[in-house]
Amino acid sequence: MKKFGVLLAVTAGVGLLGLAFGANPALAKDKVKVGFIGPLTGGVSVNGLGGRNSADLAVKLRNADPKAKYEYELVVLDDECKPNVAVQVATKMAADKDIIGAATHYCSSTAIATVDVYHKFGLPVVVWGAVLPDITYRNKYAEVHRVNGTMINQNDANAELISKLGYKNVAVIHDTTDYGKGHNEYFTKALTKLGGKVVGAFGVTADQQDFTAELTQIKALNPEVIYFGGLTPIGVRIRAQMDKLGIKAVFDGTSGIVSDAYIQGLGPLAEGSLAFREGAPTEKLPGGKFFMEKYTAQKYDNPPEAYGAFSYAAMDLILDSIEKVGPDRKKIIADLADVKERDSIVGKITFDDHGQNTVAVITKYVIQDGKFVEWEDSEYASGKRKLPGQK
Amino acid sequence: MDLGVLAQYIMNGLMLGMMYALVAVGFTLFFGVLDIIKFSHGDVVTVGAFAALATFVSLRSAGIVSSPLLLLVMVTVALVAMAALGMLIARYLVLPLRTAPALNTLLITLMLGTVLRESVRLFYPQGANPKPFPALLPSSSINIGQFNLRLDNAIMLAAGVLVIVGLQFLLNRTKLGLAIRAVAQDEETARTMGINFTAIVLVTFAIGSALAAFAGIMNGLYYNEINFGMGLYLGVIGFAAAIIGGLGSIYGAILGGFLFAALQTIGAVALPFASAYKDVFAFTVIIMFMAWRPTGLIQEKISERV
Repeated sequence: MKKFGVLLAVTAGVGLLGLAFGANPALAKDKVKVGFIGPLTGGVSVNGLGGRNSADLAVKLRNADPKAKYEYELVVLDDECKPNVAVQVATKMAADKDIIGAATHYCSSTAIATVDVYHKFGLPVVVWGAVLPDITYRNKYAEVHRVNGTMINQNDANAELISKLGYKNVAVIHDTTDYGKGHNEYFTKALTKLGGKVVGAFGVTADQQDFTAELTQIKALNPEVIYFGGLTPIGVRIRAQMDKLGIKAVFDGTSGIVSDAYIQGLGPLAEGSLAFREGAPTEKLPGGKFFMEKYTAQKYDNPPEAYGAFSYAAMDLILDSIEKVGPDRKKIIADLADVKERDSIVGKITFDDHGQNTVAVITKYVIQDGKFVEWEDSEYASGKRKLPGQK
Repeated sequence: MDLGVLAQYIMNGLMLGMMYALVAVGFTLFFGVLDIIKFSHGDVVTVGAFAALATFVSLRSAGIVSSPLLLLVMVTVALVAMAALGMLIARYLVLPLRTAPALNTLLITLMLGTVLRESVRLFYPQGANPKPFPALLPSSSINIGQFNLRLDNAIMLAAGVLVIVGLQFLLNRTKLGLAIRAVAQDEETARTMGINFTAIVLVTFAIGSALAAFAGIMNGLYYNEINFGMGLYLGVIGFAAAIIGGLGSIYGAILGGFLFAALQTIGAVALPFASAYKDVFAFTVIIMFMAWRPTGLIQEKISERV
C-alpha cells in the first residue's frame, strides 16, 4: 500500500510538472488577490466603471503574460462615492489578508475618508482618480499613494509657466469655497518659490456679479497677470469687467474654467486666457494609444473616461511590485516607497515621501481663436502671437 | 489715495447705483399703488435682458448691423415685452389676490420669480451658461491717470438720469401721474373720483416692469455678460434699497440704490479685511439703518397707521 502511495505521488508530481511545462502553465502559478474600489453606482458611476474596466484590463493583460509569476484575481467593491459606504468597503477589503494591494477611489470625499482604514490595516493602496491634496498630504501614511496629479501640481505648472514667460507681479482673485481657497494657497506658494510676487489677493463669493471694486484696486496695483481660482461663471464676468476697466493683464485661470461655456460667454475676449488641468486626454498620454487599443479589444460596455488610464497605471504599478517582491503587503509598501522614474502609460511615475506622484501630467491650455489649445502647440508658445507683456 | 483711482471707484459706484435705483423704483411703485411686495421683480430684469439679447440675435441673423438701430429695436422690444409681462402678472396673479393676505402675494410672486428664472435657464438655448451681451455703444475711452472714463458708461449714466427725470415728470406733471398718485394715496377716494383703478394698476406695473427691462439692458451693456441668475441678486438689493429709502417714495428708492452701491464699494475698498465681506458689510449697515429709521430715510407723505 505504502509503495503504491509513493508511486501515485510521483506520478502525480511528474504529471503536474508536465502540465507546468506543457499545455497549461497557469495552473502552476499561485493565486494572488488584488482589489479595486470606485463608484460603480450613482451619479459619477461612468467614471467608476471606466476605472474598474481599466484595472480589470491591467489584470487580464498580466494574466496573459507568460512571464508573470502569479495569477491575479481582481476583487471589486463599490464605494458609491459616499464616505460612509467607502469606509465600510475599505474595511472589508483591508481586513481580507488575501488582498495584497488595491487601486482605490475616484471621489475625493471617499478617498480622504478611508486613508485611516488603509493605514490601520496596513493595506497598500494607489489612488487612481481623486484630486484633493489632503489625501496624500494631510498624513504621512506609507500605505497611501497616488498616480494622478492634484491641485498642487496644477498650480506648480501654472506658476512655472507664468515665471517662464517673464511675469513677476500677480494679483489673485479666488472664490471663497475650499476649491478657490485651495487654489489661492497652492498657487501663492508655488509662485513665491519661483521668485514671483502676489501683489494682492481678493476673495469673492461664488455668485458675485460686480467685480469693478476689486478690479479697480487691482488696476492700481498694476499686476502683469490676474490669477483666478474659481469656476467659469464668475470667470467670465471678471474677464469681461477687466476689459471694461482697461486692464491689460493676462487672465490666468485654473481647471475651473476649462469649459466651452467660458469661450461662449466671452467671445473674442477669451483669446489669450490661460488654463490648466490635471491629467491629459487619454490619446495624448505616452501609452495612450496602446491603452486604447487593448481597452477596445476587450469590448467593455463603457469607455475608460478621463481617469481610466490612471486606474490602469495604478493597478499595473501594484502588479509590478508583487511580481518584484512577492505577495506580501509589508514588502509591497517598502517597494512602493521608492518608486522613481517608473515607466507607465501615464508617463514616468515618481512618488515623493507622501506617496504622491510628483511628475503628474498637467495639461496647459491657452485660448486661441475660440479654442482651448495646448500651450506647446499654440502660436503663443512659438512666438507668432504674444500675450500682453510676454517676453 | 490717487485721485484717478478715487474717480474710478466713484464711477463704478454710480453705475451700480443707477442699476439698483432703477430696480428699487419698481418695488416702490408697486408698493405705492397696491401695498404689495412683488418679489419676481428681479427676475423680470433677467427676462428683459434676455429678451433684448434674443432680439439682437434675430436681427443680426436678418443681416442688420447698424449698432444704433439694433440698440433702438432691442430697447423697444424689451421694454414693450416686459411692460406686457408686468401687466399680465398684475392682472392674473396680483389683482385676483387683492382680498387675500399680503403674504400670499409675496409668496406667489416669489414662486413666479423662480419660474421665470428657471424658464430662462431651460428654454433659452444653453441658458444655463453665461451669455455674451453685445457692446453696442461706442466704447472709446479716455484715461486720466488711473481713471478710465468710457463713453458707453457715460451714455448709460445719462440715459439712466433721463429715465428717472422722465418718470418724475410723468408722475408729477401729467394726468396719468396724478391718477397713479391718487390711487397710491387712497384707493376708495380715487375710485369715487372716476379713476379706473384696474387700468391704473396695470399701467403702473407696465411702467415698473419696463424700468426693470431698462435696468437689465443696462446691466448687459455694462458687464457684456448676462446669466439666468443675475436678477435674483439684483432683486434682493433693489428691495433692500427701496426699504431703506422708504417704500412708496421714488426719491427714497433712488437714494437707497445709490447708498447701497456706495456701501458695497466702501466695503470692498476701504475696509481692512478681504473684499469677500463687502456684502456682509453693506447688509449690516442696511440693518442698522432700518433699526434707526424703520420707515425709511424718506417717509411716505401719508403712511398708513393702525
